[in-house]
Amino acid sequence: MTEASSLLEIRDVGKRFGSVVALRAASLTVRAGEVHALMGANGAGKSTLVKILTGVFAADGGTVSLDGKAKAFRSPAEARRAGIVSVYQDPALVPDLTVAQNLRLARVSLPAVLDHLADLGVGHLDHASFIRDLPYPILRLIDLARALASDPKILVLDEITAALPADLSEKVFRVVHSWRERGRSVIFISHRMAEVSALCDRATVLRDGVTVGVTDPARGSEERIVSLMLGSEVVKASAEAHRAAEPSPRFAGVPALEVRGLRYGHRVNDVSFSIHPGEVLGVAALEGQGQDELFDCIAGVRRAEAGSILADGKPLRLRHPADAIRAGLVLVPANRIQALLPQRSIRENVALPMVRGIGAWGPIAMTAERRRVDEAVQRLRVDTRAESELRRLSGGNQQKVVIARWLASGFQTLLCFDPTRGIDIGTKRQIYALIRDLAAAGSAVLLFTSELPEIPLACDRTIVLFGGRIVAEMPASAADEATLLRAAHGLAARAEALA
Amino acid sequence: MSLPAKTGGQRSRFGLGGPGGILPFLRRNTILALILLLIAFVAGIEVARPGTVTPIWISNALLFAAPLGILGAGQTLVMLTGGIDLSVASVATGSAYLLATNASLGSVAAVLIGLGLGLGVGLLNGVGIAVLRVQPLVMTLGTGLMTEGVMVVYSQKMLASEPRVPEFIQALGAGKVLGAVPLDLFLWAPIAIAMIWGLRRTGFGRLTYAVGDNRQACELAGVRVWQVLLVDYVLCGFFAALAGLVLVGSTNAADLSLADVYLLPSVAAVIIGGTSILGGRGGYAGTIIGALILTVLTSLLTLLDAPEPIKQILYGAIILLLAAAYARLTD
Repeated sequence: MTEASSLLEIRDVGKRFGSVVALRAASLTVRAGEVHALMGANGAGKSTLVKILTGVFAADGGTVSLDGKAKAFRSPAEARRAGIVSVYQDPALVPDLTVAQNLRLARVSLPAVLDHLADLGVGHLDHASFIRDLPYPILRLIDLARALASDPKILVLDEITAALPADLSEKVFRVVHSWRERGRSVIFISHRMAEVSALCDRATVLRDGVTVGVTDPARGSEERIVSLMLGSEVVKASAEAHRAAEPSPRFAGVPALEVRGLRYGHRVNDVSFSIHPGEVLGVAALEGQGQDELFDCIAGVRRAEAGSILADGKPLRLRHPADAIRAGLVLVPANRIQALLPQRSIRENVALPMVRGIGAWGPIAMTAERRRVDEAVQRLRVDTRAESELRRLSGGNQQKVVIARWLASGFQTLLCFDPTRGIDIGTKRQIYALIRDLAAAGSAVLLFTSELPEIPLACDRTIVLFGGRIVAEMPASAADEATLLRAAHGLAARAEALA
Repeated sequence: MSLPAKTGGQRSRFGLGGPGGILPFLRRNTILALILLLIAFVAGIEVARPGTVTPIWISNALLFAAPLGILGAGQTLVMLTGGIDLSVASVATGSAYLLATNASLGSVAAVLIGLGLGLGVGLLNGVGIAVLRVQPLVMTLGTGLMTEGVMVVYSQKMLASEPRVPEFIQALGAGKVLGAVPLDLFLWAPIAIAMIWGLRRTGFGRLTYAVGDNRQACELAGVRVWQVLLVDYVLCGFFAALAGLVLVGSTNAADLSLADVYLLPSVAAVIIGGTSILGGRGGYAGTIIGALILTVLTSLLTLLDAPEPIKQILYGAIILLLAAAYARLTD
């Protein structure tokens, strides 16, 4: 077989769930020995296509052929036997079993998986440790190693790097490279354009369940791919996000939020900063440097052990999120599932904080509520096709609903924790544009993001956390990725100490 | 109904004529599906014993369904929050017994004492579940047993006055106006309207659903969840006491096993009515139909003239079947 011949050919596959059409006519051709990117906005149908390919769902129409033979896998096991293995978006591991037990459950050989884990730099992993005790990035690597152990012809990686720190992502890329060198193929799904440019040979772009283009994702093709993904209309709006990243004005007066000497166990140590109205303060950190606890303390989810939190100059006693919300501090949490009502409508989800207090337990002013909810939903351009149950919305739209909730009920300071994790690039830009708009209208924003290149895009100023302390502070204009990364590894602090 | 494997079930969804077919239609209008089922049961009775279904029979069915419907109102509230109340039968019995033994104090005082028991046990349940975070099943099982025990002690120590059911309670439980309209409908109907409207259109109703759907999300949105749960359990206790009063009015005899047989049906009516046992989804309209279906089913089984154990087996089996069918319908 020559290298250019296609190994996998998917043609015009369709899939609907009830009245929601997930795929209309999706096509995808993968050659042997290529890394092929599958791109598209949230809800474009990438995950559904992958699940059809690996036998999780049955297609309603269209054809899948492997090595020229038509296939319709009825289960992931059948797809695996044919040489197609996927690492899905969420870890597929049982929390209450050990690593070894999980692998036995999946009927893969333990030594092979451990070999691959060693290649990924996790050679020290104790296979008797329980999955629930392991950090999230390690679970992703176990998933990957398990997939590699069955030696697939086609490896599917669905947003595997979304929750990985940079160093581990790098190791995943090395594995992908070596896989290609051995003549195997990889289908790579990621929202990070830089990764796709660096890693992939070709890219297939989906929009609304239809394949709209196959392109070369080399550097510089970014805008073209974005416009393919989004259609022309949304791109204009997202360009505004770029324009917003201009030098920040000076902020003075009483801070909207001030944190003094905050301490929480050994995770948050003596953290102090302030944000003024109209300012966006970025927080940069690697996984687990205390940012989760810091946000929780300010939002009233956890109680700080020492230090004080002031809003508009007034010290607060935060015993419950309700106290923080009353003081104008509202949280968009890391895991959007925590904040949403999966079986209720968009409207009830957005209006939830409006009925939070006993004073609002009586009759709801339906017209006024509808107006406020619709305003917020339209401002964020939430896709309302599946509005009756929130769990039917795509991840990006769910995230928008969490933000829309606070737009509708009002706030002074927005605490935004990684609002763009696992979200397509169009929605990302929309969210950053919104954050800039909110700041321009006088709100303060505290923004943590795991994607460092986005900090200069959205923030005025940045602090860097390392080991629960602030180790660096800089204006956003100086916060390029390399600087942030060095600080986030604690390197800048050491340099200062030496100086 | 076929029982295909999980993935097959997803396929079959498209096989049945797509969004325009009968099953998808019923899936969107589950209340209508329940009403059709109710009509089918009524038709079954008419077929088994032609001439049975008359306006008087319908009036009686409504009369007998009211206590179950009122019990189901409270049970709907707590099950929407993801909980359950197993003390409702004991509370209904106790409330009826307190009413009858205190009738000498005057009707109003007797009614207040009966309802007071409901509020008291409801408050106890609420504090245990909402504040101390005891599992609802364990908490209400415990308070139910306690209520029963207290009533036994009370019946042995306090038989100073002859148990007597006040006349207006008898009228409420068994009387009719205009020849065929049961009086208890004048209590049940306003409760039904308040429940259906309240769950949809008030902040408290919204929060009852929200707490059952995702407790953590409610906390993060600034809702003090314990307040919502506490009020739901107090309301449930109140409705149980009220149902006890209606029930004793219809039997005109307060004994300490009065409402025992209503415990399982109060839960079953809610489940058949489409309220998720995990909380967050459902409503009272379904519970009303569920209560009517169970009442009609009981009278159908009575007509069959089968021995009591056979009736019980059929009753249980049909409830399971309905619950399973509903689960498949709503997926």
